Amino acid sequence: MPLLQISGLTQHFGGLCALSDFSITFEGRELMGLIGPNGAGKTTVFNLVSGFYTPSAGEIIFKGERINGLRPHAITLRGIARTFQNIRLWHDMTVLENIQLAQHGTLGYGLWDAFARTGRYRRREAAITAWSWEVLEALNLREVAHERPRNLPYGVQRRVEIARALSTRPSLLLLDEPAAGLSSADVRHLIELIRWIHTEFPITIWMIEHQMDVVMNLCSWIKVIDFGVTIAEGTPKQIQSHPDVIKAYLGDEVLAC
Amino acid sequence: MSRATAPLLTILGLTTVILLAQWEVIDSYVQTVLMFIGVNIILSTSLNIVNGAMGEFACGHAGFMAVGAYVSSILNIMLFTNDKNFGWELLPPEMTIVLFPITLLIGGIAAAIAGLLVAIPSFKTRDDYLAIITIAANYIIISTLINIESIGGPRGFMGMKKIVFAMQDTLNIPWMILWVGVFTTLTVAAIRRLMSSTLGKAIIAIKQDEVAAEIMSINTNRMKLVAFMFSSGLAGIAGGLFAHILGYINPNSFGILKSTECLVMVYLGGMGSLSGAVLSAFIFTLLLEALRFLIPAIDTVLHWVHLLPAGYELSQVWKWVLIPLLLILLMQFRPEGIMGNRELSDVFPRLKRYFSFS
Repeated sequence: MPLLQISGLTQHFGGLCALSDFSITFEGRELMGLIGPNGAGKTTVFNLVSGFYTPSAGEIIFKGERINGLRPHAITLRGIARTFQNIRLWHDMTVLENIQLAQHGTLGYGLWDAFARTGRYRRREAAITAWSWEVLEALNLREVAHERPRNLPYGVQRRVEIARALSTRPSLLLLDEPAAGLSSADVRHLIELIRWIHTEFPITIWMIEHQMDVVMNLCSWIKVIDFGVTIAEGTPKQIQSHPDVIKAYLGDEVLAC
Repeated sequence: MSRATAPLLTILGLTTVILLAQWEVIDSYVQTVLMFIGVNIILSTSLNIVNGAMGEFACGHAGFMAVGAYVSSILNIMLFTNDKNFGWELLPPEMTIVLFPITLLIGGIAAAIAGLLVAIPSFKTRDDYLAIITIAANYIIISTLINIESIGGPRGFMGMKKIVFAMQDTLNIPWMILWVGVFTTLTVAAIRRLMSSTLGKAIIAIKQDEVAAEIMSINTNRMKLVAFMFSSGLAGIAGGLFAHILGYINPNSFGILKSTECLVMVYLGGMGSLSGAVLSAFIFTLLLEALRFLIPAIDTVLHWVHLLPAGYELSQVWKWVLIPLLLILLMQFRPEGIMGNRELSDVFPRLKRYFSFS
């Protein structure tokens, strides 16, 4: 059974067709890239898969279950986590609290346990805290655990956001332009980090990225969309020399003299 | 001195107040003021869940207070007194001492259910639009109460003193001070415990970034339900206590003016600060009472210096000029309130040694 199977995914906003007939299948453990010029509909794909939009047509099957129409938190609980192009951490909480809160869906205790501080509350909070430290440790974020994200460098904020997504124990991780706004040194660290995550965790990674060196370095298979339509797919090498891709990024050759 | 110090001091303080009232060291006026402080603490800390922690602007808190006040009063009158509208007493008056807190809780539950009036629209609506909905909810509740004749309609509902007397006849201690003290303490402890748990912090996460909250497995709709219903339920309990302290309630005493009082307390204390909300309830109640004496004093002074014409007297109505003026000054010079979003223990870290909520 494939991990994720998207078929005929289409999204209209009023008269605008943001995405049409998008299909893709993940068997599991891939490191897949999704590229395309600005406004091509890349983030729309992620918003559909993570449940922010309900698709106009098409199907998203995750682990054999149809997930279109589910609310985002329910999709996260089924094993899809994502990060955002512009970092969306809770900036007035500590890094540790950010990770702890991402365990909200698997909290395992109710209101009464919180009020009465029952044994279950203590056990679950202790387990959540221990897991959060484990995640922070794994991603080298231990020293900043008690800092607020807004006071951290952008590159570290990125890492915290990825850590927060990973802490939900996803089987599919969606990264929306993880290299956006990073310095070239940070980008190199990011490439290493993503590769490390991919080998270390039993995870499938699907990323949108503008910076070609990141995609070409990491992804084994790339899909290119433009104006909501899939125009090419293949290995990084094939994509680099694909005429339609070059046309989409650089525009048509001027034929008329 | 240990982490149990603060809870012990609370119990000690409460016992002292009850004993002082029992031995009539403090008169009934002081007792009433103390009870209003308790009620106001419940009101401001509970509104603070929605306005401070969740970052919505709810301004119909008094509506939920009304639901709690009416439900618990009607229940008590129905159960324990002979009333022309509600028939013969159903239970012996001695049982009031056991059932009073339960009727208060039922009033709270009713108010929490009324909170759905705001909670359900909050799934799709935010900010100004939700604020308008909260005002509408306040009006819906008040108009409903005004139009139910059997509970007195606009004339109000009374007889709750009988319940208080029934408790005192059974066992002569200042029951209302006891219940106000107990419920205030429980409220503050419950809010503190909720907001320091991962469960409750999700409410703050919604304020800081709702999209991130939803994608990070937080069921934001459920948490909004929790926040609104918990907040309005507590307001209902405050309303029940308020009704039994006064012995008389009137739909119009739970209007926008009362809701504004709740807002003033929250913003005076500082958004999202529990200790700030408690502190501001103290200050605000005492200030209101102080004006009772200050306004005549100012009147005398102004007449003495001939600033006011002889025929004009500065009346208590000026309270409603001074309180909103306080809000204006507050927003102008210290918009973050007394505490900002910090707690007393953030300002004085040594305090942490004396309490523990875990």
